[in-house]
Amino acid sequence: MSMINYASREINCKIVYYGPGLGGKTTNLEFIYGKVKPDTRGKLISLATETERTLFFDFLPVDLGTIRGFKTRFHLYTVPGQVYYNASRKLILKNVDGVVFVADSQLDRTEANLESMQNLYDNMAEYGYDLTKMPFVIQYNKRDLSNAAPLQQLQENLNPGWEVDDSSRQILTPDPYHANENLTEQISTGEWVGRAPYFEAVAVQGDGVFDTLKAVSKMVLKSLA
Amino acid sequence: MAGGSAKSGGSGTWSFTEDDSVAITHSLQRFLADTNSRSALLVDRSGQLVATVGEQPTFDPTTFATLTAADFSANDQLAKLVGESDFSTLFHQGEKESIYLADVARRLILVVLFDNRTTLGLVRLRMKQAVQELTVVIDAIFSRSREEKPSRPNLLHGADAEIDELFNW
Repeated sequence: MSMINYASREINCKIVYYGPGLGGKTTNLEFIYGKVKPDTRGKLISLATETERTLFFDFLPVDLGTIRGFKTRFHLYTVPGQVYYNASRKLILKNVDGVVFVADSQLDRTEANLESMQNLYDNMAEYGYDLTKMPFVIQYNKRDLSNAAPLQQLQENLNPGWEVDDSSRQILTPDPYHANENLTEQISTGEWVGRAPYFEAVAVQGDGVFDTLKAVSKMVLKSLA
Repeated sequence: MAGGSAKSGGSGTWSFTEDDSVAITHSLQRFLADTNSRSALLVDRSGQLVATVGEQPTFDPTTFATLTAADFSANDQLAKLVGESDFSTLFHQGEKESIYLADVARRLILVVLFDNRTTLGLVRLRMKQAVQELTVVIDAIFSRSREEKPSRPNLLHGADAEIDELFNW
């Protein structure tokens, strides 16, 4: 739930990085932490196990600039990816304004990606949030690995398109990040489908990390406009 | 859906004015004076810091607010597991510093830091009154934001181009 503070002139929003264990969610935050100016970010907090697996969440606050005289502050969270930790994972989704799903591109993580995506939909639905109608971005991480699945296969599995039945949303919307692709379009059966914007990434090197963050942050602010 | 309105699917938004902030601050200041506590913070359930009153904390208040909300959320779930609807207050006792947390209107959390200049009993006693006062203010803020005609125009209305520009880096 975003909060607009007219006294301190700040807009505060919450973004959650979701996805299977060891997919690179924490790595995204670590890269952002290392790259943004120290005066525009807070501390990176990790509630992790002794083996550095996220136990509850990682947290990083960043300022992404000023709009209409208001500072835009984004609180970035990751969830624990391991199936076992669903109770704490679900807690972090409460009051979320935007979601990034970090998929692991490796072929042998196909099932883990699908399971985590289903878990995300389920947990969001339990709060009454509709992922298809709120800021949501998918990041395909680890694109540099030799066993990475083809992009098309990942899209078919994780971002196949959802039905858009609200006529006010049935508008051809080109994907601003990929030429000749659409985020919302009418398919040959006459049905309208929508997809989440997606990005390819190699988070350990930072490739795609800021593209993902910028896209989801922009969608969150536009959802307030 | 990119770039479009996403109002209907998510968790919504809330805002408070300078006047609300003054009312909250006055209430917290009175509470601090009455109890001789060090400082009080008001945090929303998503971990955003709403107000800080009293001694300026030596720690990072943003981090503190986030952990407070997580602490409260985790304890809410613990309460449900043992058959309670919630734990409306939490107490963390340290050797010198202690923290008392209380739910406000199911939307915010009042956090009080105190040391041995006061007692838990006094803090707990006065906390009830402070929570009641704050509940009135917070309920008013949220019922106002539910009204059809907001008291002020939407801050980011028509700001699409400015938002695009903000991320042009």
